[in-house]
Amino acid sequence: MGRAVGANVRRKDGDAKVTGAAKYIDDISFPGMIFGATIRSTIPHGEIAARHVKLPGGFVVADYHDIPGKNYVALIDPDQPCLAEHIVRHVAEPILLVGHADRPRLIGLEQQVSFEYLERAPIYDPEASDTCFKRISIDKGDLDRGFAEADVVFEGEYRTGHQEQLYIETNGVIAVPGDEQMTVYGSLQCPYYVHKALVVLLGLPPGRVRVVQTETGGGFGGKEEYPSMLACHAAILARKAGRPVKMIYDRVEDLLATTKRHPSIIRHRTGVTRGGRITAMDVEVVMDGGAYATLSAVVLSRGVIHASGPYRCDHIRIRGRAMLTHTPPNGAFRGFGAPQTQFGIEAHMDRLADEIGIDPVKLRELNALKPGDTTATGQTLGKDASALPVLREAVRRSGFREKRRKWRGTTRGIGLSLFFHGSGFTGGGEVKLASKASLELTARGARILVASTEIGQGTRTMHAQIVADALGVPFDDIDVHEVDTDFVPDSGPTVASRTCTIVGKLLERCARDMRKRLGRLSPADYFKKHGSFTVTSQYEPPPNLLWDDEGYKGDAYGSYAWGCNVVELEVDPATFEVRPINVTAVAEIGKAIHPMMAEGQIEGGTAQGLGYALIEEVVMRDGRMANAQLTNYIIPTPLDAAPMKVVMLERPYAYGPFGAKGVGEMPIDGPAPAVINALRHCGYDVRSIPATPERLMNAPRQKAEGKRQKAG
Amino acid sequence: MLADDPTLTPIAGCTDVLVGLHFGTLDKRRFIDLWPLDDLRGIRLVQDKPKGLSPHARTGGDKPSGLSIRIGALATFTDIIKSALVQRRVPMLVAAAREVGGAQIQNRGTLGGNIANASPAGDTLPVLSAANARIVLRSASGERVVPFNDFYTGYRTSVRQPSELIAAIEIPPIDGRQWWRKVGTRRAQAISKVMMAGVRGPEVRVAIGSVAPTVLHASAAAAVLSRGGSIADAQAALRSEIAPIDDIRSTGDYRRQVAENLLAVFWKETR
Repeated sequence: MGRAVGANVRRKDGDAKVTGAAKYIDDISFPGMIFGATIRSTIPHGEIAARHVKLPGGFVVADYHDIPGKNYVALIDPDQPCLAEHIVRHVAEPILLVGHADRPRLIGLEQQVSFEYLERAPIYDPEASDTCFKRISIDKGDLDRGFAEADVVFEGEYRTGHQEQLYIETNGVIAVPGDEQMTVYGSLQCPYYVHKALVVLLGLPPGRVRVVQTETGGGFGGKEEYPSMLACHAAILARKAGRPVKMIYDRVEDLLATTKRHPSIIRHRTGVTRGGRITAMDVEVVMDGGAYATLSAVVLSRGVIHASGPYRCDHIRIRGRAMLTHTPPNGAFRGFGAPQTQFGIEAHMDRLADEIGIDPVKLRELNALKPGDTTATGQTLGKDASALPVLREAVRRSGFREKRRKWRGTTRGIGLSLFFHGSGFTGGGEVKLASKASLELTARGARILVASTEIGQGTRTMHAQIVADALGVPFDDIDVHEVDTDFVPDSGPTVASRTCTIVGKLLERCARDMRKRLGRLSPADYFKKHGSFTVTSQYEPPPNLLWDDEGYKGDAYGSYAWGCNVVELEVDPATFEVRPINVTAVAEIGKAIHPMMAEGQIEGGTAQGLGYALIEEVVMRDGRMANAQLTNYIIPTPLDAAPMKVVMLERPYAYGPFGAKGVGEMPIDGPAPAVINALRHCGYDVRSIPATPERLMNAPRQKAEGKRQKAG
Repeated sequence: MLADDPTLTPIAGCTDVLVGLHFGTLDKRRFIDLWPLDDLRGIRLVQDKPKGLSPHARTGGDKPSGLSIRIGALATFTDIIKSALVQRRVPMLVAAAREVGGAQIQNRGTLGGNIANASPAGDTLPVLSAANARIVLRSASGERVVPFNDFYTGYRTSVRQPSELIAAIEIPPIDGRQWWRKVGTRRAQAISKVMMAGVRGPEVRVAIGSVAPTVLHASAAAAVLSRGGSIADAQAALRSEIAPIDDIRSTGDYRRQVAENLLAVFWKETR
């Protein structure tokens, strides 16, 4: 036992990727295949008054009339058309599809295809919007009583911007039509979401729609919902053309049209005693949903649940809303609302510490959630609540206290953030998903059948490690079936830090069931004697996990991972450029199934978080991303990401595979507030990200000593 | 060919042309490839014999050696970085070349192309300005030499005739300490928000990129420093001669403030 789990085994997808043998969507071709392009709106809001399409023969053209089923992208709310009919609500909204056998012919169609619009006034400020996609309230205790107990009431407003996922491989699919059926291949995170969208759009029975994931070059949430739209487009064109249709976005189109992280405004009003005990937390969360609902409701949900941070407080009120603006819909991105709200609380905590004249570590130690404490939703935490251990480890490993003292008044700063992240779908989400995983006996071991996608994070490898050890066979004897809805069960979307802790657990159960059935035989011997068989398991919630979706109360997640970041940085006083010098990232993740990959997740998420904090800025002009190219939408290079010290702590989660919790998203929750707090230590009072040099130049400056206000 | 067909665009490393073509922002469709012309590639010393030059450009050239570096227009940034000659004589050009794109771009991109592309954010341009470089233009009918600081006439326009090619860049001996700083959007592979090249010698020279329609020879600020004026006065002079704008990469306010700050840093670091 335990030979594969916890070891840095060879990646299942490694060889093909390193040698270039792996086939991505644009490497694949079908006989008779043509190419598709999308004609999009050029205004943020208005009526389509006239359509002018003058294309010569050889082009296939499709619009909403060509949709046999329902014209919306089926996800949560049926509000987003697959192709606009009369109204457009954002720039780059798809209106028309054009196909041609000769790919270059699809470039520069603006002359031949154009629209006239009756423009309507766009709304860009979510607080000025009168359309709300979702409101959520969390109430715990008695807020008035909490404020009555406080010696100091302290307020703050914090803002976060858009962020682009920037997977290396842009979105792309191929739709292959058949007789009353459709197959779509593509770069996907969630094949069953795509399947569901196609069934609704095409009006076909589920069995006539097949979705196959091709090797996928990254997702980060960016391929959670948009591929459903793209797959629908390719399917419409393929149906009309009667030929396979390939649609691949170039980087500009991908940046202009697809989802980004929701910008947010977070407001805190906090009651605290002179000793530093938080008595009341009043939090307002506003998210900019963009023009359609897409996933805003669930992003907001995770956002508000994490909005009070990993802190104990008896009296909490959280009010969240996701609002419509006339910009391309915002959507899933690693962290899914939690990076925004935990930026708010963690930036607020350091200001609060200054306000009452207490050390920021001390303030967090006094209030951090401990085993037995309850969260904002009233969830009682188990023994694996690790806020204090990660905080102490990060402070010790980074030499936080000494540097904090030594660097005061210099151009160097050090700041920290404490955070947590719930694994899996929120509340009753996992029960509703009712995910399934299967394991099939093979001649040498077993084959994994799940819809969880490998998108670079190591799904295949990590799942095979779990199965190998639970079945008691070597890692190499475990195969992973390609993700094809004709063969694999719906194990839910590859999102929400659930692929290991939820789907991995299902596979562990399959493997243990299979082991039982094998008796004393090896898989090979059993196979020879009796042939193959398949074991399937379906999600069951851990005992006593209760959630009330009406009152937003109860056990929001089965488990939480915990993290603490310390960021050390230097500000150039002449140019206001910020150079991170060192990052210490401590993460308690239950169990690192593959330590090297887990560490990679933490390093990558941390680097992405540094970009979010400092340089990644979507410049919106008139509802259009003005910097939709990699020259001007800047992400960190290795030179911009500081050396990182990653420390993984393991406090096993009883219902995770081998104790594992989720790890994928949490690392991006912490860097931004740690950066802002380090900048504050340098004397720059910044409350919104990205903290670009331009913002820093204009930020209020504080005294080198920090604002040390008396508390009495 | 160039004289006969004004629609032809000379190309070399193509590091800008290909981007423009891909984004559909380039209307040019006919090109003439200069890449195989090895004659335009070398880096060597030449006797400094400025002919037909403005006095402005001659001032830097009275060093005893009297030798200029002649860099062929097709010399790549990598060639420049590796050249012992450039390292010794114009280290600020090496520093600028190191900050152009990544290794692939440095291997393909040429000094001549950087000049011809005429972006106000061209990384080597402030260096060439502060170095009082000269541009050798060649056509079927002969060669002429233009001071770099007289080359640009406005945003992406220059005195180069369609029939002329940039053949080489000559850099006279530089008397004084050289200084270079690029402020980009990140630490590598970035387009600049502000760049400054400075020479601190008997005559102070300062040039700034990304703050005006063309690279800017900040002669007023430099003159203040040359005559021993205070840095504050030099900054005030600089303020009057730059006109930075807001764009998607930065703001005019930031560029102005940082340009002034960099002037002080230049002065401090070359003390």
